[in-house]
Amino acid sequence: MTTMIKTAGATRSKLVPALFAAVLGVALMALTGHVQAAALHDAAHDVRHATGFPCH
Amino acid sequence: MFSRFLTSALFAGASAGLLTGLLQLYFVQPVLLHAELYETGALVHFGADPVSAHPDLPGFDAVRDGLSLIFTMLTYTAYALILLAAMSLGEERGAVIDGRWGILWGVAGFVAFHLAPGFSLAPEVPGVAAADITARQIWWFAAAAAALVALWLLAFGKGWGAWIGAAVLLMAPHIIGAPEPESFSGPVPTEIGALFAARALGIGLAAWVLLGSFAGFFWQREGAQSA
Repeated sequence: MTTMIKTAGATRSKLVPALFAAVLGVALMALTGHVQAAALHDAAHDVRHATGFPCH
Repeated sequence: MFSRFLTSALFAGASAGLLTGLLQLYFVQPVLLHAELYETGALVHFGADPVSAHPDLPGFDAVRDGLSLIFTMLTYTAYALILLAAMSLGEERGAVIDGRWGILWGVAGFVAFHLAPGFSLAPEVPGVAAADITARQIWWFAAAAAALVALWLLAFGKGWGAWIGAAVLLMAPHIIGAPEPESFSGPVPTEIGALFAARALGIGLAAWVLLGSFAGFFWQREGAQSA
């Protein structure tokens, strides 16, 4: 019983940081690859094409 | 625990991104610059005279290419965060996460974020006809997300339900179809477009293999240090 609770706790303690890392990653990827603000688009233009993101 | 994610992602993303950026500058950028000669009208396809396939291309541009390197490093750091999140959940289910197994995770990341969306929205050079950008972005995210779930089901799912679900998720975005342009008006020769897509996908695979391996390596090293 004790073991089970410990395991569940360990899983939960990793799940929250993993979720946060994933959300941060998606946000950063949206910024570099997808946001259409002119300055960002121009700076990242070549990368967006080369990385296969929809551009223009 | 979160610092382990951040540190591993920063090291893996920055190093894989830098190498990828250099590979892109050598293999992909000349094709893009070639296409831009047609996009701007400096060269005209199917004009009166045949056009040389080997025009003089602009050389290294410190600002433009420097920004490309920075944004490639940022993009792959973002991908590293997503990949490490998946890796840590895989580790909970018994997967070994190190530099060698990371290669396999990297290939999976390539399939989810590059090959699967690119199957219907091929990497495009500047100056080709394409549908509305917002519609394509929505479809891109949906296709990548569906492929991500499908690969997870293939790797960790058990039984026919999971495997059939994965196949449906992999095919559905392409059966529904990506947004397409109303008409073709691109001035860029198909040879350049095809070479660009091939190069972008090839460098994408190399990038993700590097990223997966580095992410696995740094994840293990950061874990060994904190333990």
